[in-house]
Amino acid sequence: MHREFLMGNEAIALGAMAAGVKLVAGYPGTPSTEVLETVAKRNPGSIYVEWSVNEKAAMEVAAGAAYSGARVMVTMKQVGLNVASDPLMSLEYVGVKGGLVVMVADDPGPISSQTEQDTRTFAQFAKVPLFDPSSVAEAYEMIQEAFDFSEQYHTPVFFRCTTRVDHGYEAIEVKEEDEYKEMPVEGFVKDSSRWVIFPRLSLKNHGLIEKRNRELTAVLSEYPRNAIQGETGSYKESGCRKGIASHGISYMYALDSLDRENHVRLLKVATPFPFPEELALQFLEGLDEVLCIEELDPVIERALLQLCGKHQLQVRIRGKLTGDMAPAGENTMLSVGRAINSFLGLSAEPLPKPADISLPVRPPVLCAGCPHRASFYAVKQAMKGKKTIYCGDIGCYTLGNAMPLDMCDTCLCMGAGINIAQGVGHLDKGTKCFAFVGDSTFFAAGLTGVVNAFYNQAEMTLVVLDNSTTAMTGHQPHPGTGRTVMGQVVEKVSIEKVLRAIGLTVVETVNPLDFERARDTIRRVAEEPGVKAVIFRSPCIAVTKPAGHAAVQAEKCIACQKCIRELGCPALILKEGKAFIDASLCTGCTLCEQICPVGAIYGGDKTAASCDAKASPFRGDCPRTSASLRVGGEKNEA
Amino acid sequence: MKHKNIILCGVGGQGTILASKLIAAAAMKKGLGVKTAETIGMAQRGGSVFSHVRLGEELHSPMIAPGQADIIIAFEPAEALRHLPFLKEGGTVVASLAPIFPVSTLIGDSSYPLEEVLQQLKNTIKKLTLIDSEAAVRELGSPKVLNVLLLGAAVRTGELGLELEDIEAALHEKVPARFHELNDRALRYTEGKKLP
Repeated sequence: MHREFLMGNEAIALGAMAAGVKLVAGYPGTPSTEVLETVAKRNPGSIYVEWSVNEKAAMEVAAGAAYSGARVMVTMKQVGLNVASDPLMSLEYVGVKGGLVVMVADDPGPISSQTEQDTRTFAQFAKVPLFDPSSVAEAYEMIQEAFDFSEQYHTPVFFRCTTRVDHGYEAIEVKEEDEYKEMPVEGFVKDSSRWVIFPRLSLKNHGLIEKRNRELTAVLSEYPRNAIQGETGSYKESGCRKGIASHGISYMYALDSLDRENHVRLLKVATPFPFPEELALQFLEGLDEVLCIEELDPVIERALLQLCGKHQLQVRIRGKLTGDMAPAGENTMLSVGRAINSFLGLSAEPLPKPADISLPVRPPVLCAGCPHRASFYAVKQAMKGKKTIYCGDIGCYTLGNAMPLDMCDTCLCMGAGINIAQGVGHLDKGTKCFAFVGDSTFFAAGLTGVVNAFYNQAEMTLVVLDNSTTAMTGHQPHPGTGRTVMGQVVEKVSIEKVLRAIGLTVVETVNPLDFERARDTIRRVAEEPGVKAVIFRSPCIAVTKPAGHAAVQAEKCIACQKCIRELGCPALILKEGKAFIDASLCTGCTLCEQICPVGAIYGGDKTAASCDAKASPFRGDCPRTSASLRVGGEKNEA
Repeated sequence: MKHKNIILCGVGGQGTILASKLIAAAAMKKGLGVKTAETIGMAQRGGSVFSHVRLGEELHSPMIAPGQADIIIAFEPAEALRHLPFLKEGGTVVASLAPIFPVSTLIGDSSYPLEEVLQQLKNTIKKLTLIDSEAAVRELGSPKVLNVLLLGAAVRTGELGLELEDIEAALHEKVPARFHELNDRALRYTEGKKLP
């Protein structure tokens, strides 16, 4: 054993490795991405790791490996689980041979997601047991237990964290490589009565699953990570009849909020499904009131209510359903502390006073030099005065919705923009329908949409924003990059060839940083009938070296502020009424040079940025934007 | 020292995360327990970012409650003010004077009253160190050592419970050797200087 300072996701990866995982597949998504990346980075060489094309593919690859008897992990964010739900729902009926852990990161807030869905609720629906750790250290241990459990009961299991565990850091004890479990793999053994799902098998296994899950309520009551912490100090002496039930990071908030010496009875739920009923009954014994402190859905609250009904207990269960806790959003130390004070009848501390002057708002923006800005600007200028709809999608380019670009009219889920544009077009022939999709999203969820559009005779322009990486989640490779996460150089899948193979006849590729050409291409292509595509190809600024930087000749600048007002580039600022370029941010993309009406900006180089430039090694953070890896003048590789 | 609660805040891209990692590494070397939490993901792109760092034993939450931070290290003055509700009564603030104007203020969607921000910081915080970081990084020769510069000033307040040597040792482990000299100078930049 040795001590390491680890991010929760890194600890999960190392825990899975210690448990003898043989295959890890996933699709990037905040806050889950670093799990798979850590396995890839610290792979002792015996683990197959892949970024799958999407979560459904990852789940199916994992199923095959688990059928073969290997320990397997799949990683994704909560909305990725929706994509993977088709195979998972059936896989639970079929079962597994090797342990299969589905690592899902939930995002209360939501901080960087479309939904606040709760994988604990999904677990109940899918009948899949779920583990929910409260800290980085617990996550490291618990994922190893999850593999054992999955194998013992021949079922996939969920390992579900939330952002503050995934992205929290902690100094923890971890195993040495020679302490890792070595799990033999038998290989796939043919048995069609086991691996082929048919209605008869489903019926039989459904019954067995329900029976198993009922039995697990007792088994999991003995699982030491589900625990009661008895009341202490004055609460014990006074015979306090109140309790608090919690889970995950909220349990930690509760511990920190409660007085260390005097605290009420606590229930920590590490496996919300199947619910540890016997343990919960012990917890409820003698209590009048329980406050459930949960993030996302009231899962524990409902389970306790059900238990009270089943056993006719006179315990008042409070939480989200009673309005004692907020129904949506992330819990904080503040919200948990106040809820506990109010529940225990303690005086609430006064709310800290926020600043009484209005502070500047800082919504996330496209980076200086981001080629997406140039792409959006070109389309905007090309379509000026025309009736349009711009359907966006999931990725950095969703930020194109911000002022002054304002180029994202819809955003729903991965790949949806391409189909939404068709729907709008079928009902409104006079609108020019555009769908913007990133390169990684195109492969993950865009292909079928293009086939749908082509086959069903839609009128639309597909704009592929190809920046040669999966930028938003930290520059993972994808089928168009010609690299794999294991470091192999492979044949690239060509977006142009794919589109032409579907049947599109108008497919044009342009560098968006060449403003006039980009604008004119859009003007021309948008007038073509049917489904047509423009591929804007220019690499993400984080995977290329900047081409120097531009500067403003102050004596030439006429202070019209066109560059600032129309582009919204963070490198363009106002100094003494004139445009000024922050050299530390500018990448020399030249977009502002090209639109300046008096030619006052100079010095950039749009040709320097090319997708063939050497890509940086992929890693968990975007090095350009997070600067987590920047110090002393250079990116820090440590 | 039972617990130390430290908040680093700034704008995505300023290097707050590395600074929090240096504090964590230095504390680990001293055998202290460490838990941290920070902004990762979309908000980093020019957004307001923070790191919470907790040192000591028996830590539960990695997040710090309002009114509980011993020290706030702010890489930007408006961000210092934004995170002020986290500062404990009588807590310490080390802040950079150099503002970063977001796009929203340039296109008129929001305002940045810099003078008022600085005034309010001065009026409300007794233990306040303001750093003219623009001048400092110019003198040091690189804008990228802002984080280490501010860390050095924070160590000087005594509120981190860490010494310059602790941070320096962590720095030398995390940063390539060719940048040691520059970072060491940044770390010790405020040493012996009278600060406002």
